Amino acid sequence: MYDAGKIITGLILFLVLFTAPIWVNLASGTSAKRPDIKLPIEEKECVAATAYMKASHMDLIYEWRELVVREELRAYHSPAGKEYEMSLTKTCLSCHSNKAEFCDRCHNYVAVSPYCWDCHTEPKEGL
Amino acid sequence: MKILYSLLAVSISIAFAWVGTASGGLHYLFGVVFPAVAVFLFLFGIVYRVVRWARSPVPFHITTTCGQQKSLDWIKSSPLDNPSSTLGVIGRMALEVFFFRSLFRNTKMELKNGGKLVYGSAKYLWLAGLVFHWSFLIIVLRHFRFFLEPTPVFVGVLQNLDGFFQVGVPVLFMSDILILGALSFLFFRRIVTPQLRYISLISDYFPLLLIIAIAATGVLMRYFLKTDLVAVKQLMLGLFSVSPIVPEAISPLFYIHLFLVSVLLAYFPASKLVHMAGIFLSPTRNLSNNSRMKRHINPWNAPVKVHTYEEWEDEFRELIKGAGIPLEKE
Ligand code: HEC
Ligand code: HEC
Ligand code: HEC
Ligand code: HEM
Repeated sequence: MYDAGKIITGLILFLVLFTAPIWVNLASGTSAKRPDIKLPIEEKECVAATAYMKASHMDLIYEWRELVVREELRAYHSPAGKEYEMSLTKTCLSCHSNKAEFCDRCHNYVAVSPYCWDCHTEPKEGL
Repeated sequence: MKILYSLLAVSISIAFAWVGTASGGLHYLFGVVFPAVAVFLFLFGIVYRVVRWARSPVPFHITTTCGQQKSLDWIKSSPLDNPSSTLGVIGRMALEVFFFRSLFRNTKMELKNGGKLVYGSAKYLWLAGLVFHWSFLIIVLRHFRFFLEPTPVFVGVLQNLDGFFQVGVPVLFMSDILILGALSFLFFRRIVTPQLRYISLISDYFPLLLIIAIAATGVLMRYFLKTDLVAVKQLMLGLFSVSPIVPEAISPLFYIHLFLVSVLLAYFPASKLVHMAGIFLSPTRNLSNNSRMKRHINPWNAPVKVHTYEEWEDEFRELIKGAGIPLEKE
């Protein structure tokens, strides 16, 4: 092999860079558990099926926003047959009253930071 | 035909992952085994190819790259195109890797107004190539939100820049539009131009279509057919901490995306895509042009037994003297 010094340095750099997630995860002892979110205690079900909420709650909220802001419709009928007001703060956060331990924990885990809270408010603790 | 075969290969990969996870229950195979094997093939393959390249000697520096070589003080040289120092070589390599400098010089030959041969600059290939590669890099870096916990800071920064315009929910990433646009251009370029189509091979179409399929499934998953991203991150963290778990409730679409990425990784070292490593070993890019300052000796020169004139004279000195022939050294 020619220029062995440079080639081997380059290859080691390549291997370390491309396997970095493995070493970082092993070193920090990450385990693959779901983020520890606080689910509502009194309520039993969400505004739609849990599996749907896990993957697609942003679609639902977005739909609500369109309906409220553009069509002035505020009533939502859940698949389970209940009626809710379509509101981020008043509905979602009435059951999931602790945003920091529900929405945020999950969002931090997958690094999303919705900008909605620039305008929308979250209920204060103990209000 | 070549396009058809490439399309077929990508479609079969998609169908394989789809059937395997939607009705075959092979989540472990597609979520853990294939990605792990693919990563191994990728790393091993790249090292193997680089070592093989490094075993061919490159004895002489290529002096005829673009730009004037450094020679006399009063001749202006171009230190980046034709560098004579290591620093210059690093500069040239960096410009090549980050900005595709040599592709910027791409020209197009055309017959104009009744057979006049004209060379013009052709920047679209450079532009689309640059856009594609940069988008790809940004997307892969953004994906680190699935690979590390806590998510590294740069992911947030990239997401904010990439989603700067805050269109829709989830926020539209510019890089997604750009990568699909650039890839479509690169693909149709090969189909529309007859000369290019003539020289294009399966190994040109297949990687393009494969990456288009990866980006398309990713975009589909982000904006249209959502899946549980928390479960996706669990799967990835399990893989990367070498204690794989397979969470339920990840859609087949995700497994298609992941399998296509696995195919890409496994195929990478065996294809033209190794230019990722190869660029660093290109003799026109990585050798300083100092042949006027330093003597380069070919390492594979066979040892030649020489007999110099002086030695010859010494050998026959007496005879030459006897014959009255003049000598170099009396
Ligand atoms: C009536 C009370 C109630 C309202 C209103 C409500 N939720 Fe829920 N939500 C729940 C309950 C209870 C659960 C747990 C369901 C379960 O475990 O099956 C849940 C679960 C969820 C989950 C899944 C969490 C997980 O990973 O297990 C998400 C995401 C969610 N809700 C988001 C929302 C959003 C967004 C809104 C507003 C559109 C909303 N919820 C409105 C009660 C509510
Ligand atoms: C620029 C400020 C602003 C931002 C940012 C914003 N909204 Fe709103 N949103 C409003 C206003 C104003 C209304 C109208 C309130 C009303 O009529 O009750 C509204 C209404 C809504 C509604 C229905 C009414 C209610 O009480 O919730 C939903 C749902 C909603 N927005 C969702 C979102 C989501 C999701 C985001 C983030 C992606 C977001 N909004 C970001 C200003 C904003
Ligand atoms: C089970 C975990 C989880 C919980 C709990 C959760 N989210 Fe999310 N949320 C996500 C994920 C994952 C995304 C990102 C989807 C993506 O990037 O494609 C998201 C995205 C969003 C978005 C779109 C943001 C964007 O810019 O992409 C909004 C709005 C949102 N969530 C609102 C909420 C609200 C409000 C709550 C609390 C009531 C909540 N979420 C609870 C996982 C969760
Ligand atoms: C060659 C590497 C890859 C490329 C080019 C690629 C490309 C893409 C693209 C273009 C998107 C659209 C959304 C975005 O830009 O973030 C996307 C989304 C996604 N990719 Fe990849 N991907 C790659 C590897 C992976 C891997 C290894 C995983 C495994 C975790 C993965 C999981 C996902 C998921 C879950 C989404 C949806 C994200 C969301 O909903 O926000 N991708 N991918």
